[in-house]
Amino acid sequence: MADPRRLPHGEDGGPATGPGYLQHHFESLVQQKDASSLGMWLFLVTEILFFGGLFLVYTIYRWSYPLAFADASRHMDVRLGTTNTAVLIISSLTMAMAVHSAAAGRRRLIIPFLAATMLLGTTFLGIKAIEYTEHIRHHLFPGPWFHYPGPQIHARPAELFFSLYFAMTGLHALHMVIGLGILSVLVVQSRRGRYTGQWHTPIEMSGLYWHFVDIVWIFLFPLLYLIGRHVH
Amino acid sequence: MRPDLPLFPSQASAMAPHVDALYFYLLAVSAFFSLLIAILVIFFAIKFRRRSEDEVPVGNEGSLKLELAWTVIPLLITMTFFVWGAKLYFRMNRPPNDATQIFIVGKQWMWKLQHQDGQREINELHVPVGTPVRLTMTSEDVIHSFFIPAFRMKMDVIPGRYTQQWFRATTPGDFHIFCSQYCGTKHSAMIGTVHVMEPTAFQAWLSGGSGSESLASAGSKLFQQHACNTCHRNDSQARGPNLEGLFGKPVQLQNGQTVTADEQYIRESILMPSAKMVAGYQPIMPTFQGLISEEGILQLVAYIRSLSPSPGSAAAPSPGGMAPPVKNSSPEREAPK
Amino acid sequence: MAAEFIPEAEPLHPRDNYLNVRYGVGSWLLTRDHKRIALLYLASITFFFFLGGLFALLIRLELLTPGGDLVQSETYNKLFTMHGVVMIFFFLIPSIPAVLGNFLIPMMIGAKDLAFPRLNLLSWYIYIVGAAFTMWAVVHGGVDTGWTFYTPLSTAAANGHVVATAVGIFITGFSSILTGLNFIVTIHTMRAPGLTWFRLPLFVWSHYATSLIMVLGTPVIAVTLLMVGVERIFHLGLFDPALGGDPVLFQHLFWFYSHPAVYIMILPAMGVISEVVTTFSRKNIFGYRFVAFASVAIAVLGFLVWGHHMFVSGQSVYAGMIFSLLSFLVAIPSAIKVFNWTATMYRGSISWRTPMLYAFGFIGLFTIGGLTGLFLATLGVDVHVHDTYFIVAHFHYIMVGGAIMGYLGGMHYWWPKISGKMYPEGWARFAALIVFIGFNLTFFPQFVLGYLGMPRRYHAYPPEFQVLNVMSTAGASVLGVGYVIPMIYFAWSMRYGKNAPANPWRSTGLEWQTTSPPPTENFPVPPVVTSEPYVYATESEVVG
Repeated sequence: MADPRRLPHGEDGGPATGPGYLQHHFESLVQQKDASSLGMWLFLVTEILFFGGLFLVYTIYRWSYPLAFADASRHMDVRLGTTNTAVLIISSLTMAMAVHSAAAGRRRLIIPFLAATMLLGTTFLGIKAIEYTEHIRHHLFPGPWFHYPGPQIHARPAELFFSLYFAMTGLHALHMVIGLGILSVLVVQSRRGRYTGQWHTPIEMSGLYWHFVDIVWIFLFPLLYLIGRHVH
Repeated sequence: MRPDLPLFPSQASAMAPHVDALYFYLLAVSAFFSLLIAILVIFFAIKFRRRSEDEVPVGNEGSLKLELAWTVIPLLITMTFFVWGAKLYFRMNRPPNDATQIFIVGKQWMWKLQHQDGQREINELHVPVGTPVRLTMTSEDVIHSFFIPAFRMKMDVIPGRYTQQWFRATTPGDFHIFCSQYCGTKHSAMIGTVHVMEPTAFQAWLSGGSGSESLASAGSKLFQQHACNTCHRNDSQARGPNLEGLFGKPVQLQNGQTVTADEQYIRESILMPSAKMVAGYQPIMPTFQGLISEEGILQLVAYIRSLSPSPGSAAAPSPGGMAPPVKNSSPEREAPK
Repeated sequence: MAAEFIPEAEPLHPRDNYLNVRYGVGSWLLTRDHKRIALLYLASITFFFFLGGLFALLIRLELLTPGGDLVQSETYNKLFTMHGVVMIFFFLIPSIPAVLGNFLIPMMIGAKDLAFPRLNLLSWYIYIVGAAFTMWAVVHGGVDTGWTFYTPLSTAAANGHVVATAVGIFITGFSSILTGLNFIVTIHTMRAPGLTWFRLPLFVWSHYATSLIMVLGTPVIAVTLLMVGVERIFHLGLFDPALGGDPVLFQHLFWFYSHPAVYIMILPAMGVISEVVTTFSRKNIFGYRFVAFASVAIAVLGFLVWGHHMFVSGQSVYAGMIFSLLSFLVAIPSAIKVFNWTATMYRGSISWRTPMLYAFGFIGLFTIGGLTGLFLATLGVDVHVHDTYFIVAHFHYIMVGGAIMGYLGGMHYWWPKISGKMYPEGWARFAALIVFIGFNLTFFPQFVLGYLGMPRRYHAYPPEFQVLNVMSTAGASVLGVGYVIPMIYFAWSMRYGKNAPANPWRSTGLEWQTTSPPPTENFPVPPVVTSEPYVYATESEVVG
């Protein structure tokens, strides 16, 4: 490979010479990598706007009902929330290590790090499920069964708070589930030895996605669990 | 009366001629530019039509001067639209101080209207010529919109809040009321008629109503009925703020903000007491959501308003969500543009 | 993009092209060729266009008489809802980008395909899945929220399958996001050697601007519809006034996407017109950079004007003024484009072929549509015409008179490239004329109706509005005929049409430098670009 920018390529996906992962319509690996990175970042921009809608709604209602929202956030379990925050931050580390291992060509380390990430992700979802169960048991799920244990004057805006809580954390959890799905594909492909130090774009792009989902939680945690807890 | 092919709506309010003047201005500018473009396109298409298949015209270099011209000139013209339109809009949202109040509750699919003196109407509205009328509106279910084409007046009617609009009818006659915000199955049946009457005829109509009780006195009864007076009283037993003299005054809230006690504030305090809690009081007030109808709340608002000593009904405080009325603004001062 | 015309001596029908390289259903449903995917979209959106048209026809028939006599009011409400949903989300938004954009962008920039061919195919499948949800809702009784899904009507009161429809639109939104993403990445990374940004055809510029809106706006409508869905299913009260929620907040979120969505529909059509006007005037575009930047300006400013849909929703007077001002600003780039197209024709060599007839129609109708938009941006006038037929007329001038005229013009212009066949010119000119007449007869009376005060979405109306409604219905039937004729002759030409040369219009566009139809990888030899687009003449002059 004298010039990586001008690799020969063959018919429909299968290069005549050159590595098998250069798709037929790209001129070079550099071009292919640029396209993937730009595409992933653009996708994350759409994700920011997607969550942005909910964050906007949250901000407006928090502005309208500050006392009720502060009161409602006292019904969150901060210990579980903090644990989950820690779990996700560590999972970001293991994910970064997986990407690093792939880039450094240490193919044996990829799968353990991916598995650790998946384990932590599952732990997060497990803890989240416990929290949900508790909330539902205490009639904090909005709708006809909602019953607010705090001062009744706050009951209705508090229901709004829990509507937002379930919508935002639910959407986040859905992203976690999708992330776990992507990671399991990566594990399977890694076992087949698809990724090399030279080409591991899927791992890198999945890493970006995973970090993004973690960052969303980093915003959700203080907004839903912490702000206003100590206001009286 | 009506021609088969009307091309222009009746003008029956003080605002209508102003809106129409601006409309005709827009129409003239639009017609000029539409024709200009159409004529140029047709003229070029004929004059420079291809005469032989191998013809190649000279290219063009573009022209910064022309580009600037057709950027700046349209911009300046649209700014005249903006200023004129904004002025009108501003005036539409500034009810004069001496306006008569009418309260409207929209529900699927009817309009319920109440006059200040208690007369109730459904899908019909009687108003006198020449008197400014302020509408305070809310909805029991979905969003509606109160539209009187002949008055060039329209405002959405939204559940959970009050919206306001005003008009001064100028021509006696009957005109359409439409609901213009799609509101479900019988949206197109949510229509009515506004009857604009000469003042004497209107007085006769008003006194013809039977069994009507003013809104404030109906509100006073509700106030007792819901035991509001056990907390909201003017002695040391009071657990809620004293409401006498409250209306239109600033209120200090727990979070340090100050709001004006207007219709919107009182409504919200009845239904959503936790939203704006008054400094120095405990959060003990229950919500009355679902316990009092929108009409009942309007009566309570009218009652609380009546507790404020005011120099006659003319000194209407500012409506919720709107800027304060312009002082001394009588409709006669509505000079065009 | 050489300056001289290519002699038309090359073989008329190349032996191997993207159409005949493989046969069989699988070769289409699993294709990753952007040209074949474009045709998959063409088939799907054509279906939805005629479905939406059928709903429109029933609406117009109902409005022939003042009484609500043809269908029940609930049925009528479902008809206009489904008309809006189908036409906007399943026809107009994907129309030019997903068909012509998909087909042409890689060819115009000298690439073999879009950057992500599999993602491109996935976009089509997502579109189909979304469409399936919506079609399920249509077949099982429809939905009557209006395409705007205003709360609390949609969350608490409406009949029918609101959730299925919303889910359908939500899913289809991702098709749009992925298409936009694919276009942006392709335009950034796959341009042929020598093809700098200011040598890009304006069609590509306008699609770049469109893609920005798709990528930045669509997620917001997606999450908004998601909120409506969960509110309806799980009773979360995000917009419920009983909990202190704000139903008008929904409108803000909805229009934050849906106003820019109008530009998703019109910007690609503007791109088509820039190509057609230059080719059929044999002139370089007047003010290339102004036209290109106007597209981007429209995309950016378009995100700042959503509040003009809420001038009578009780928002503050000052918010209304700001949105009004910004709405006037967004009109300026559109005006710049119209003037530049007109100036391009000056001293050109103007051919009256069908694509150019559609361009004439577009310029005229879009001008009227744009100018009547100014009425709506003008606060004092909007209060009166808001939610009346004036608005219905205005946006149909933009979406039908603009976007669909552009789409049909583009279909005629590139049909030889797409199919390798020529369409029958006489019939095509006739159909263009019918469309133009039918369109104006349908929608011009609606301006008058609107100023008279006839509200939109009315199943029955006062009798004095009848004459104008009858004119409108008559026009709609003419318009319907005008749309069926091209369907017939396009289908006819695939079998019986004359073989098309590589470059029947003698255009300078890169897509015309390859055979008709093109081979799978578009160009036998990867092209190198050496000049600006639209260079027809060897010399040029200064005008004005």
